[in-house]
Amino acid sequence: MTGMLAMDISSLTDVIVPTLATTFRPAPILAALPVAGVNWHSVLFLLFAALACGFAVAVVAADNVVRMALYLVFSLGATAGLFFLAGAEFIGAMQLMIYVGGTLVLLVFGVMLTAQAPLVAIKASSSDRTLAAVAGASLLALLLTAAFSVDAWMAPGSEVVPAPSATPLGMALIGVRVDTPPPGSPAGGRAGYMLPFEIVSVHLLVVLVGAAYLARAKRRKTPRAIDAVASAMPVEPVVASTASGVASGRPAGGAKSALVGGGR
Amino acid sequence: MAEFLIGLGLPGWLAWSIAALVSAVLLLNVIAGGALVFIWAERKIAARIQDRLGPTRTGGRFGWLQSLADGIKLLAKEDLMPEGADGLLFRLAPYVSFCASFCAFIALPFAFDVVGQRLNVAVFFVVAVLGLEVFGVILAGYASASKWSLFGAMREAAQVVSYEVPLGMCVVVPVMLAGTMDLVTIGEKQAGWMSNWYLFHDPFTFVIFWVYVTCAVASVNRAPFDLAEAESELVAGFHTEYSGLRWSFFFMAEYGSMFLVSALAAVLFLGGWNGPVPVAQLVGLSEGTGDSAAYFVRLLGLGNLIAKATLGVLLMMWIRWTLPRLRIDQVMTTCLKYCTPIAAVMFAGAMFWQLFLPGGLLPGWSRPAGEIREGWLEGPGGLPAAHPTTSGHNVGVAATDPSDSSGLATRSPR
Amino acid sequence: MMDFFVAPSILLPGLSMPSCLATVPLFAANPFTEPVGVIHYLVVGAVLFTAGIACMTLKRNALGILMGIELVLNGANINFVAFSSSYLRGEGAPTLGLDGQVVALFVILLAAAEAAVALAITLNFYNNHATVDVDRADDLKG
Repeated sequence: MTGMLAMDISSLTDVIVPTLATTFRPAPILAALPVAGVNWHSVLFLLFAALACGFAVAVVAADNVVRMALYLVFSLGATAGLFFLAGAEFIGAMQLMIYVGGTLVLLVFGVMLTAQAPLVAIKASSSDRTLAAVAGASLLALLLTAAFSVDAWMAPGSEVVPAPSATPLGMALIGVRVDTPPPGSPAGGRAGYMLPFEIVSVHLLVVLVGAAYLARAKRRKTPRAIDAVASAMPVEPVVASTASGVASGRPAGGAKSALVGGGR
Repeated sequence: MAEFLIGLGLPGWLAWSIAALVSAVLLLNVIAGGALVFIWAERKIAARIQDRLGPTRTGGRFGWLQSLADGIKLLAKEDLMPEGADGLLFRLAPYVSFCASFCAFIALPFAFDVVGQRLNVAVFFVVAVLGLEVFGVILAGYASASKWSLFGAMREAAQVVSYEVPLGMCVVVPVMLAGTMDLVTIGEKQAGWMSNWYLFHDPFTFVIFWVYVTCAVASVNRAPFDLAEAESELVAGFHTEYSGLRWSFFFMAEYGSMFLVSALAAVLFLGGWNGPVPVAQLVGLSEGTGDSAAYFVRLLGLGNLIAKATLGVLLMMWIRWTLPRLRIDQVMTTCLKYCTPIAAVMFAGAMFWQLFLPGGLLPGWSRPAGEIREGWLEGPGGLPAAHPTTSGHNVGVAATDPSDSSGLATRSPR
Repeated sequence: MMDFFVAPSILLPGLSMPSCLATVPLFAANPFTEPVGVIHYLVVGAVLFTAGIACMTLKRNALGILMGIELVLNGANINFVAFSSSYLRGEGAPTLGLDGQVVALFVILLAAAEAAVALAITLNFYNNHATVDVDRADDLKG
């Protein structure tokens, strides 16, 4: 009974591949279904790939910076799913933890700190959009042409379940390689990553200090530009300004109320 | 289960689909059913601590149907949205929170091999996904178009991001002792008598367990760290503007996270599904094989883990109704000046202990010396832990999309 | 077995699929049953990369530009992971192995560092100019 929960999707592929190979043995009714022998790995890949690409395009298309941040979160989360599907579990978890959970929270924080009504949606002109669309399309065509030009990349996947990479990865970061070299690569002389790891550590420390120094609250003699703007704008009561903003179909005025107003 | 279905003659993909569906429904029930029980328990405990009775009428003498009645009431409530709100984000936020809380359960083992998806990096995965819950809160705070909500969200963002640092350090210590990030193996390493639990491994782990408790309470936003919803200053913080079912999603996410961090503490420090006394082993039963005795042992382990996690949740409730709320600067001080340095020192201490005293102080305690171990190398069940396949994380995100876009179509303020 | 990409050419005989595309495994087979290969990941990476570049050029909000950079880095990361995965490469094909994953790891770390500094600069800019529109950052213009 409790074994029900013990599903292990790695064996999923082990089970599916023979099923695919012998095209489908029993149950003739099921065989008539068009989805017979569906490969869950491919289905999940399509799902995550569609999410990642769709939300990436949505980031470009959106004008509202908060929406952009949200779409970016979904796009990068789906990318983490792609990493899991490729067998790079540690990288996927790292992507979720550092990228989605750390960097993007920071980004959203920055967005909210600067999300005044006039700044939330800085629109690009339509000529810029056209130009970007043309440039983007040509770049995409170039990249795809390059990707499709190598025959070795077109081969379907081997479905060889890779060994877990967390421990070899950790060992490589402290300078010892314990992983078996992949086929076709030179067997000896593979480098450990001790020095890059140390450099990155020091780099992170420098960034930590530097960012804290840059973003610290400074004592100033002259009023900041942001304060000047805030005092120049009439500060209305929040309720009234929100109502007027909705009635007139545009974000409420007043720097302070706009900060909490969330108008687009 | 999938093997059983394949034995019946079903094709592999269908068998796996059914097995996955059943697992998902079971996990969902853990959260929903857990929330029902815990809300009732919280009301009773709060009442007892404050010298009241709590719910007494609904469902007999102890009011045990109270949370079900509350649930029905929440379903029937009107779903309000403030006028200035950002419709899409406002609707999406509760589901983001709930999905993050739910997805973390996928990698959490409930007994030996009773796990949604055995992951090689399970500890990391659970902590990472749990950290994503903050997005729902930030979105809710921003999209509500209310000062209180925005302040609550800002506090939450600062708090959760800060507390992830000491939490990560605490979690790393059992990982270091076990030599793997696989939660199933970590639990298995603590089998036997209670002295094998990592809580009692050495003095440093004992201290770091309490740091973990502090950080876990803070990272799931429970009092005394519930700055994000401080009702005396911020009305209800980030969910001020929410009502009805959406509000209850936030609530379920909170109780789900509480259960999750408690269960994680149980697996990492309190021996997981191994009881204080190895009853089954003394009787002569063993787990890992496919006979009915093994299933019985796993069922016992399931009860053990749920009991430990429930104790953790009850501890959080006790703390909530005992301690006053901290100020935001005190919260950050606790994190940066106390939890982080203590966790760092204890981490170093545990490391040196493992290096120089791997056998413990007493000669009778024989523990395996430090070595590089990983679940897939020596896996007790012989189950390979490698998966090229899904994390399941984004399945939840995908599931939120259709409902949300349909909601936007029917009711948009602009 | 349904063939999703050939079906339209049956409906519209005038627009038959170019024969070169039919040789590409991505288009020739049912995507739900065909095992995923490197090329699938490369396509996703290319889309993310392009979206990032477009985002960087199009947005005037400094934070929008930052998001574009994140997308570009992720597009590159997808390629690294795809080339390192023995699951995705064909039988016996050489992979980057662990090296690809390590590089992806460093990219993630450096992206975090870059985001922190860029965000601090943006906040400073916002404090001094009360805007995050990069077109207004023309103080040094001669």
